[in-house]
Amino acid sequence: MSRLNPLNGATADVQQESRAATAAGAAPLDRREFLKGLGAGLLVCLAHDVAFAQESGRTYGGHELPKEISAWIHIAADGKVTVFTGKVEVGQNIRTSLAQQVAEELHVTFDSITMVMGDTDLVPWDMGTFGSRTTPTMGPQLRHMAWAARESLVQMAAKRWNAESELLVAAEGRVTNPKTSLSLTYGEITHGEKLVRIVNGDSPLTPATAWKVAGKPIPKVNGRDFVTGKHKYPSDIERPGMMFGAILRPDGFDAKLTSLDTSAAEKMSGVRIVRDGEFVAVVAPDGFTAQQAIGKIQATWSVPSQPSNHGLFEYLKSHPEDGDAEQPERAIGSVPDAMASADIKLQQQYTVQYIAHAPLEPRAAVAEWKDGKLTVWTGTQRPFGVRDQLAEAFSLPDAQVRVIQPDMGSGYGGKHTGEAAFEAARLAKAVGKPVKVVWTRKEEFTWGYLRPAGLIELKAGVRGEGKLVAWEHHNYNSGPSGITTPYDVTSQLIQFHPSKSPLRQGSYRGLASTANNFARESMMDELAHAAGIDPLEFRLKNLTDSRLRAVLQAAAEKFGWATAKSRAERGCGIACGTEKGGYVATCAEVVVVPASKSVRIARVVQAWESGAIVNPDGLQNQIAGAIVQAIGGALFEQILFANGQLLNPHFATYRLPRFKDTPQIEVVLLDRKDLPSAGAGETGIMGLAPAVGNAIFAATGARLRSMPMSPRKNAEDGAAPPYQS
Amino acid sequence: MSEFTLIVNGERRRVVTGGDEPLLSVLREHLKLTGTKYGCGEGQCGACTVLVDGQAMHSCQVPVSVAAGARITTIEGLEQDGKLTPVQQAFLDEGAMQCGYCTSGMILAATALLRQTPHPNDQQIVEGMNHNICRCGAYPRIVKAVRRAAGMNGRGGGR
Repeated sequence: MSRLNPLNGATADVQQESRAATAAGAAPLDRREFLKGLGAGLLVCLAHDVAFAQESGRTYGGHELPKEISAWIHIAADGKVTVFTGKVEVGQNIRTSLAQQVAEELHVTFDSITMVMGDTDLVPWDMGTFGSRTTPTMGPQLRHMAWAARESLVQMAAKRWNAESELLVAAEGRVTNPKTSLSLTYGEITHGEKLVRIVNGDSPLTPATAWKVAGKPIPKVNGRDFVTGKHKYPSDIERPGMMFGAILRPDGFDAKLTSLDTSAAEKMSGVRIVRDGEFVAVVAPDGFTAQQAIGKIQATWSVPSQPSNHGLFEYLKSHPEDGDAEQPERAIGSVPDAMASADIKLQQQYTVQYIAHAPLEPRAAVAEWKDGKLTVWTGTQRPFGVRDQLAEAFSLPDAQVRVIQPDMGSGYGGKHTGEAAFEAARLAKAVGKPVKVVWTRKEEFTWGYLRPAGLIELKAGVRGEGKLVAWEHHNYNSGPSGITTPYDVTSQLIQFHPSKSPLRQGSYRGLASTANNFARESMMDELAHAAGIDPLEFRLKNLTDSRLRAVLQAAAEKFGWATAKSRAERGCGIACGTEKGGYVATCAEVVVVPASKSVRIARVVQAWESGAIVNPDGLQNQIAGAIVQAIGGALFEQILFANGQLLNPHFATYRLPRFKDTPQIEVVLLDRKDLPSAGAGETGIMGLAPAVGNAIFAATGARLRSMPMSPRKNAEDGAAPPYQS
Repeated sequence: MSEFTLIVNGERRRVVTGGDEPLLSVLREHLKLTGTKYGCGEGQCGACTVLVDGQAMHSCQVPVSVAAGARITTIEGLEQDGKLTPVQQAFLDEGAMQCGYCTSGMILAATALLRQTPHPNDQQIVEGMNHNICRCGAYPRIVKAVRRAAGMNGRGGGR
């Protein structure tokens, strides 16, 4: 079994997204056909290579476009605008927010824009949708192209009217000459020709203070398809003659097949067994029969002895990943000297368990082979990455594999890989028909990958007046994201130590920033209490980052921190953090029932700032959603495992946040129109856990240093924790 | 294999299958009504919620033999002549979704809740919807959408 471990070097090679909506049954177009099908109009491409940017005025009919293009915009003769991007929509609302940004610079109505996303035959290559990169990178790229398109159209109109281009006005998809009242739509200006312009992205963009379409709370663009059930997710795709596949799973990780009897399954009507070494699967006319057939296969496996939750953190610390010793993320001053000079010295360990993404739509794919070309519809954050994996696996040139990513039932970092796509393709090839594979919930838990567990060791020193002077932070296995402290400390040693993880692990919303921030912000709270200083005041005393200070103060003000009084039944906690250009501060109010030791989060106020807001409604939704998702990891989500098996791969035993767990949530958005927009899908998750832990301490005096903080049973020893939720 | 007659969204539909096949896959695969979603197959997440004789049920837990003869409503059966139901409209107006995968089940659960309790307070909404999971965490907006739909029903809730 390969154990994806993208945490060191991060996310760099494991990040990608896209999408495309091809209705089931309709034959998908490839790029060449699609370009032909675009008809007349203006095609604008953004080239990474400036040399290409000089070329313009070519026609695109019959021309190969430069390879290194990150997106295209096409303006058709009828004024319809089509945007092509490799980013994918997974619920973060970029289908809407990217279209807003194009409308803004192109000066067209929002409704005239269609986004084509994540179809490897139709859109330019893209690494993937992860790392909160869509808004800061794809957004400006599209805006540059839209600006260039508008400029081209104005120039063309000026030439036609023999007018000065500076005097013309572009608005609502038309260029108008105010002097003569002559006016042409964008489509009319292209005059039935196929024009291409390649630009390099150095255009002056409209400042956020002047935005008219961007910056507005435009609703989800195809929202109606979701409330009517019309939207086709990857698992809804159907192809003519399609069969259903199911895969025989081993009894544990790294298991070896020791015996196999497929005779009972083979006798079932319409069922075919596909076997290739230890890959054993069935293909059946429907999914129910496929699952029944898998259930009838008798297989025995030899599963090697493997670690469990018991002793996990010692295991992670004592099993470093092979290779060179990692360099510290930050090493300044002398921590030992600074500690020696400190009045308050604390040293603590914090832990986080493995948790699952549990996207409500599990991995799913439909694969179809036609004339030697493989087309796969699947849910993935990296369509091009999956295409490359498939091309390699089947020894095909990239052009012979097409991956289409219909807007999917989310991922949260959990769908960077293409397991179901590969399985469906393998089975479709074997039976000569399109095959659908939809993972069961148990498969999704077991054979996907997990948010890493980790051990974090902190050491900190404070001088009498409340000045932080020493900070040492070691993270074992969980990851380097969000590991550096935003506080002003003259002596720091901060290091990530990759481990050999006993379970397959990978990306997750916010990566390790939740774990690192939980440890750091819990420690900050501990230091504040030890120094007898209010936790907010203690943070502000040691913080010069004005953006982080601003969200802290905004959250505290909205929450009423200054007058909030913690008592035995009700505690208030605060935490903050910054990562990937997002700034977050969270205040939590927790209700504790002393008799039953039960904990409930009653109220959360979270302030957020990520530069200029592109869509305040979508942003509010993302931040509130991140808070809710964070509740699970903070309080009760944890993967239990032993001897190569997950012990709770079901929603009945792996608890997710529900309506009843949801507190009153207030989101305060700070709109910094003077700053570039950063991504907002991830970092909003990192404030909740420490704020809640700090609130529990404020109420009870108990410091909970392990996430989840209040499960029914501790993962390590099965004992009941002091507080439950 | 047996033949079963289902009344789905007001239409009589015949399917031939084993009687223990769940209603969920019958709807999705036999009848091509893919608006009803698979989330867990264990009756825990509510993505597969449909109305069976007006009651919200997890279709992954209902064998087709049990559903035979009953009136089944799926998400595809709510919109009439291009007009959304108040619950659908409220979900749209509140933007009560992110990825939208849970939305069908949420809307049917809310529809059943409001039939039984036309003017629920927040606690009743939370109790009534708690069988449905939104992994994106849109719960606060979903509660608002149910509240809004209750007001739009014209049963005295007002606007």
